[in-house]
Amino acid sequence: MKIVGISGSNVGTKTRTAMDYVQKELIESSPEVDFKLIDLADYSLQFSDGRNYLEYGGDTGYVTKQLMEADAIIIGTPIFQASIPATLKNIFDLLPQNAFRDKVVSMIVTSGSPRHYLIAEQQLKPILAYMKAQIVQTYVFIEEKDFYRKEIVNEDIIFRIQRLVEDTVVLTDTYKKLREAKEEEYGF
Amino acid sequence: MKEYRIDQSKGLEFGLYTLGDHLPDPFTNKRISAQQRISEIIELAKLADQAGLDFFSVGESHQDYFATQAHAVVLGAIAQATKKIKIGSSSTILSTSDPVRVYENFSTIDLISDGRTEIIAGRASRIGLFDLLGYDVQDYEALFEEKFDLLLQINKEEIVNWEGEFRASLKNARILPRPKNGSLPIWRAVGGTPASAIKAGYAGVPMMLATLGGAVTHFKYTIDAYREAAVRSHFDPATLPVGTTGFFHVAETTQQALKEVYPYINEGMKLTNGQGFPKQAFAQAVDKRSIINVGSPQEVIEKILYQHEIFGHQRYLAQMDFGGMPFDKLAKNIEFIGNEILPAIRKYTAVK
Repeated sequence: MKIVGISGSNVGTKTRTAMDYVQKELIESSPEVDFKLIDLADYSLQFSDGRNYLEYGGDTGYVTKQLMEADAIIIGTPIFQASIPATLKNIFDLLPQNAFRDKVVSMIVTSGSPRHYLIAEQQLKPILAYMKAQIVQTYVFIEEKDFYRKEIVNEDIIFRIQRLVEDTVVLTDTYKKLREAKEEEYGF
Repeated sequence: MKEYRIDQSKGLEFGLYTLGDHLPDPFTNKRISAQQRISEIIELAKLADQAGLDFFSVGESHQDYFATQAHAVVLGAIAQATKKIKIGSSSTILSTSDPVRVYENFSTIDLISDGRTEIIAGRASRIGLFDLLGYDVQDYEALFEEKFDLLLQINKEEIVNWEGEFRASLKNARILPRPKNGSLPIWRAVGGTPASAIKAGYAGVPMMLATLGGAVTHFKYTIDAYREAAVRSHFDPATLPVGTTGFFHVAETTQQALKEVYPYINEGMKLTNGQGFPKQAFAQAVDKRSIINVGSPQEVIEKILYQHEIFGHQRYLAQMDFGGMPFDKLAKNIEFIGNEILPAIRKYTAVK
C-alpha cells in the first residue's frame, strides 16, 4: 500500500509539524505501508495549464505522479483567508478530473481560529468528492493553541491523529478488497 | 450529404480509426517495432478495404507510445494500398499545423487515392505538442478556430485571400494541387462536451464525436446541441453528417470479448493518459444503453442499431487496435465485421 502525505502550504510550520506526527504514527503502526511525505514548501510547482499530468516535467511532474500512484492520500492543510491555500488548490487543478477514483483521502486541518472548523467540510470535501475520492469523513482539526514550538502539546490531538491514520489504512485495505472481489465477480 | 460523399441509401457507414498508438501487449509486455506497427496499420486498412468497410482513418499524436506522428505520410501509403475504402485523418491537429500544408498533403492523398480522402480536424486532447511544435497553449482555442476557418476557405476557393493572427497573409494564393472532385469532406472532431459541438454546428461542418464511455443518451445531448446550432446558423441538419467513434471489440461471446479487450484498454490508458479505465464501465458495456461496443457480433449489432435509432448518425468509427492488440485478433474482428455486422446494420439503417 502506497500512501502519500501532502503538507499543503509553501509557508508556515504548523501543518508540516502535524504531518510529521502523521508520518511517525504511520511508520510505527503500519510499517508495511510505503509512505511519502511531500511538503509543498520543498517543491517549485507551476500553475496548472490544463495539460495531462504526464506532460508536466520537473517538480510538477514528480509531485503529480506520486499522487496518482498512491492508494491513499493524507492531506494536511492550513486555512488561509477562510479557505484552503492556493498551493493546495493548484494540486487539484493539476490532476485529472477523476484523479482520486479508487483512492482513499483523509484530511488534517490546522487553523488560527476555531471559527474555521467547517471550512474543510464545506470547501475541501466537495472537491475531493468531485474528484471521486473515498473520503475519510472525520478529519483532525488542530488549533494554534495545540502547538508549542513545532510540537503538538494537546494529547487529545495525538489520539485523533492515530485514529485518522488507522482509519485511512483500514479503509484503503477494505475498499481494495471490496473492489477486487467485485471485479473478480465480473469474470473478465 | 452528397457533398460529403455519403449515400444514406446504403445505410450507416462503418469504419475503423486508429490513434496510431504504439504500446506493449499487456499479456506479453512486449512491444513490436514502430516499423512493424506502421506496416500493420497499413495492412489493417487493406483488410478493412477487402471486407467492404466504408472508412479507415489514422490519427496524429506527438508523444511517447505513438507511432503515427506523420499521419499524412501513413495515409499516403494507405491510399496506394487500398482500392475502394474512404480514408482520412482522426484527427489532424490543425492548431499546430499550417492549413496550407495540411491541404496540400490531403489533396495529394486524395489524388493518389482517386478521390477517397477526407480530413477530420481537431484541437488535440493532449497538449504536449504545443511545446514541441512551438505554439503557446494559451492560444489553444484561437489557433484552432482561425486555422479551421482558413482550411475551410482553401477547400472552397482555389485562389485564396486571407489575413489572420497566426500565419502570414495570403494574397491571391493558389493552393495546389486541387482534390479530384474539387473539394474534400472536412469534419470537425469533437470531444464529449457540447461546447465544441456547437461550434461545429455554427460553422455548418460535419461533426465526428468521440465517445469513451457512458450512456448513449448522454451523447445525444451533444448531437442535439450540434444540430440546433446548425439551424441557428441557417444550415439544414439533414445535410450535415454526424459520426461517432468509440471502443469496439467482438468475439464469439460477450464474456470472451470483455476478457480479450479489457486489459488492452486499461493498461493502454495507464500509459497514455496516466489512469486506467474502470472495469465497472466495461461490465456495464453488456447493457445496450452503454456506448461501448464490446460483445458478441449479435449484441454489438443491436447496440449499433440502438445508437443509430437515438443519434440518427451517418457514420460509426470503431477503435479496436488500442493498447497493443495483436494483429491476428484485429483480423478476426474484421472478419466478424465483414461477415456479420456490416450486412445487418446496412440492412436495418438504409434510408429508402
